[in-house]
Amino acid sequence: MLRAEGLRHAFGSVRALDDISFTLHPGQTLAVFGPNGAGKTTLLKVLAGLIRPQGGRAQIEGGRGAVGWIGHQPQLYAHLTVHENLRFWASLYDVPDGAVRRRAGDLLARLRLEAHRDRPVRALSRGLVQRVAIARALIHDPRVLLLDEPFTGLDRMAAEEFRRLLEEQVANGRATVLVTHNVEEGTELATDVAFMRAGRFVRLEPRAGRGAGRIADAYREAIADA
Amino acid sequence: MPDTLRHAWVIARKDLLVEFRSRTAILSVAVFTVLVLLVFNFGRDPTAVAAVDLAPSILWVTFTFAAMLTLNRAFQLELENQALDGLLLAPIGPRSLYLGKLLANLMFVAVVEAVGLPLFALFFNVSVLPVLPPLAGVIALATIGFVAVGTLFSAMTTRTRFAELLLPVLLLPFMIPPLIWAVLATAALLAGRPLSEAGGWLRLLGAYDIVFVTLAFFLFPATVDE
Repeated sequence: MLRAEGLRHAFGSVRALDDISFTLHPGQTLAVFGPNGAGKTTLLKVLAGLIRPQGGRAQIEGGRGAVGWIGHQPQLYAHLTVHENLRFWASLYDVPDGAVRRRAGDLLARLRLEAHRDRPVRALSRGLVQRVAIARALIHDPRVLLLDEPFTGLDRMAAEEFRRLLEEQVANGRATVLVTHNVEEGTELATDVAFMRAGRFVRLEPRAGRGAGRIADAYREAIADA
Repeated sequence: MPDTLRHAWVIARKDLLVEFRSRTAILSVAVFTVLVLLVFNFGRDPTAVAAVDLAPSILWVTFTFAAMLTLNRAFQLELENQALDGLLLAPIGPRSLYLGKLLANLMFVAVVEAVGLPLFALFFNVSVLPVLPPLAGVIALATIGFVAVGTLFSAMTTRTRFAELLLPVLLLPFMIPPLIWAVLATAALLAGRPLSEAGGWLRLLGAYDIVFVTLAFFLFPATVDE
């Protein structure tokens, strides 16, 4: 469903990606942990096709239309309402009107945004905007999710609901790459974990039922050794 | 092609809705147009040069700079919240994005021209009503040409540090030919000369439109490629 082969990319003399390879099948979630500047965001942008890698290649079954993206910025128009934003993005993905209504209604309810449906995005708080960004990323029912620090700005309840939503997506066969510097956030959702530093995967392995504490220990050990 | 046009319309409609809600660009450009016409009106010596001789140049200088302000905002809007990344991720061709922006820009500039023309007639005591249909044709033909080029350059410059300065520097040389032809055609019409006298300029404007709309349409994907 998603394959990265020997991805390499540099910004000037800084190596952002250095021989990154992995494959994700339906239902798999790869959590990529790494400190700031490890190359996590670059990896997601290369996978999405927003950056053309200088070496290697990334393939996503279904192409760009199959990707749901949550990045550092919400990719929303501040002067449009929540629902207008969702409708706009759905139109670009050729989602039929009936399906847009159904999916938008469902996502707004799940993310507790119903009361904000007709409010302009500029009137929402940071946390609410992040929830709308999540709804935007899922409105076209993507098969592959690329998530960059998706829990940023979410309160505890919203983060829980989003985690449940992601678990459902994975159970329905979505493949997910989640990058974060926060081991606690990413571990529960992951089937596989990768520790990244200076553009390299210093370890890539199945989570194998380990909890956040053990993954955090493994992460510290791997990053210190690298 | 139907998909390209449909997606282009979705983008143009969104831009118009955002502008309708914010009213920032259209209001400032309309005010700018009024002010420029006022300055020219009070800055000229009516006894030295007849208004009808000066008026076509003033009309086109005003429209040119007003259009420039409008063009600057076309892609700035997409930088807010990194919406441009979202557009590039969506399964639409980059040419849909170009056509959508072109369409929205044409509508904005048309509104500004619709505000400016009556004021121009009022300030310079020029009778435009008897020649309104052919004059509207001249304005439309010239506007399509420079907005087509301007939309392309706006995409090229929007991610640079001095976009607002760079756009006029790049665009003005390309605007000179259609401006000259538009001024000559407008002068002929306002002087009450037969339409056939302006025919040559109109054909040149038409040819410019065909060449530059086509060129911009095909070159645009390179401007948004990483």
